[in-house]
Amino acid sequence: MAETTYREAVRAAIDDAMSADERVFLMGEDVGHYGGCYAVSMGLLEKFGEQRIIDTPLSESTFTGAGIGAALNGMRPIVEIMTVNFSLLALDQIMNNAATLLHMSGGQFNVPLVIRMATGGGKQLGAQHSHSLEGWFAHIPGLKILTPATVQDAYDMVGLALQDPDPVLIFENALLYNAKGELDLDAIPLEIGKAKVEKEGKDVTILTYGISVFKALEAAESLAKEGIDAEVIDLRSLRPLDDETIMASIAKTHKVVIVDEGWKSGSLSAEIMARINEQAFYELDAPMSRVCTAEVPLPYAKHLEDAALPQADKIVEAAIKTVGVS
Amino acid sequence: MNLTIEKAKEFYSKMLLIRRFEEKCIELYSAQKIRGFLHLYIGEEAVAVGLMDALSEDDAILATYREHGHALIRGVGAKSIMAEMYGKVDGCSRGRGGSMHLFDAKSRFYGGSAIVGGGLPLAVGMALADKMQNRKRVTVAIFGDGAVAEGEFHESLNLAALWELPILFVCENNRYAMGTALQYTESQTDIYKKAESYNIHAKQVDGMDVIEIAKAAARAVEDIKDSSKPVFLECLTYRFRAHSMFDAELYREKEEVKEWKEKGPLVVFEQKLKELGLWSELDIEAIEAEIKDTIDDAVTFAENSELEPLEDLEKFVYSEVSNG
Ligand SMILES: Cc1ncc(C[n+]2csc(CCOP(=O)(O)OP(=O)(O)O)c2C)c(N)n1
Repeated sequence: MAETTYREAVRAAIDDAMSADERVFLMGEDVGHYGGCYAVSMGLLEKFGEQRIIDTPLSESTFTGAGIGAALNGMRPIVEIMTVNFSLLALDQIMNNAATLLHMSGGQFNVPLVIRMATGGGKQLGAQHSHSLEGWFAHIPGLKILTPATVQDAYDMVGLALQDPDPVLIFENALLYNAKGELDLDAIPLEIGKAKVEKEGKDVTILTYGISVFKALEAAESLAKEGIDAEVIDLRSLRPLDDETIMASIAKTHKVVIVDEGWKSGSLSAEIMARINEQAFYELDAPMSRVCTAEVPLPYAKHLEDAALPQADKIVEAAIKTVGVS
Repeated sequence: MNLTIEKAKEFYSKMLLIRRFEEKCIELYSAQKIRGFLHLYIGEEAVAVGLMDALSEDDAILATYREHGHALIRGVGAKSIMAEMYGKVDGCSRGRGGSMHLFDAKSRFYGGSAIVGGGLPLAVGMALADKMQNRKRVTVAIFGDGAVAEGEFHESLNLAALWELPILFVCENNRYAMGTALQYTESQTDIYKKAESYNIHAKQVDGMDVIEIAKAAARAVEDIKDSSKPVFLECLTYRFRAHSMFDAELYREKEEVKEWKEKGPLVVFEQKLKELGLWSELDIEAIEAEIKDTIDDAVTFAENSELEPLEDLEKFVYSEVSNG
């Protein structure tokens, strides 16, 4: 066990994967000579050379599609898209090719591709660099959606994704790159599709993922002072969702708050509510509640941005209200 | 190209197979056996036949939704193509693709894609993978003139040239993207010149002449294998039928279609064989009979094939060995 940053964990995972398997390569804008826009791939060009750390032009659609083609033809590409907003330029390839080829071909062509991208707001970058669109991608059958929150997951998920025969998208919250945590390189990774109970509790379940896990944990500390024992669950994987862990927690706490950095309307939080309604309605002692990003394109000004994003105090408020209702 | 009688027979039979197969499709569409969008290749047969002649088993092909001809000649099999159009389990995509999404792993046929321009980036990646693994094989990307306006066309040509990838770009320029003629959408209607601007060796060929295409394609494949750089072929062709079965074809004059039919691929080839004194050696009746058998067998096969059971609806969304 060693203390590592999230950035170093992702880099170590790529490095290890490339050392272990010649078919793995990294491709994206500024991943090579610049060292990665968030410095994730710093040093990898020197180690692996231009043939395997490939700088691409600003051609999101084509280099993402090229990743799909290379995966179809025997390679294990990791495509890095600088920021989630730019993934929209590659949406055609992700949705119409990566997600569909296996099905459309009647099971003949699988796409073992990994796409990593930075997501999330909180750096005052304005509406075109700050959104959390992982919930959109989680809408699409054929894709798997991972959202590492911890340093351990940042490392483990790259390896898990590369072993998967299908396209896996990893959303790394840009604010987490500097976060520090313990990393055990030899730990057996928790598989794709499994959520993790980050903190046990009996009064209310807080379901979330990514950076909001830490906001939820902070909220849980405040709630403890009010005598409320919150359970915090890191969903880890948005598609598939771990219904089992979610429902088991609700059977214990009977109350739920969902924290989602996406917008409320048509969001992942809405999907989770619907599932709870379908599968665990009679376990509920209070209306479900959720904390999401305000229904605005993310503003630049700090106070506005802070107000728009889910924060610990809003989670506390939502949890108190939910618990108080019963 | 030294045109032997065997080659002549092969080319003629293959072009006629596409023609007759698609004529059958029209019938079956009217009889509501085939549904969905159906885009016919009639008039463009020479391109598929000439092109496939130059390829080896190792090469990979990515085509568009107008791909029956490519699939047939590549060897996907009339039976499995027909069963696919019937939506049956024995179809080359197990009934999940239909006319626009034919796939076949054993003949390295990677679609069948209905997003205009969407296959081009995949071809870049396929070729990149070959280059990275030191495999001497070619990826062929087939697309229409409409794709040229998409950003992915430009991105793909740029990357293929920049990264020196073994790709054969084949533009089937039939002058129309649905109902819009090329001159209404492109400032430069000589498409090969666009490829040249990306430093790609590019050539325009008569897309109605199977020999010309076969020669140009063979040369291109050789160049690609020697240089490991892309080559671009623009084939000037024409579709005799409407864009799809839903097209009233209000955008072009009957006279224009008639003129092109007079220089259709079968007509041109017949003329050439006559000049070479080979025509009389072709037993047209026997060829027609053989093709009729092939098509009848395909229809019978499709009719008799089963539908995928409903319980399997959610199959092939993820791989069976998936870890997730
Ligand atoms: C990205 C995209 N835009 C629009 C369409 C609708 N569409 C289908 S075929 C077609 C025309 C394409 O023409 P071309 O590329 O010249 O091929 P052709 O049909 O002539 O073989 C259009 C506009 C589509 N399928 N995909």
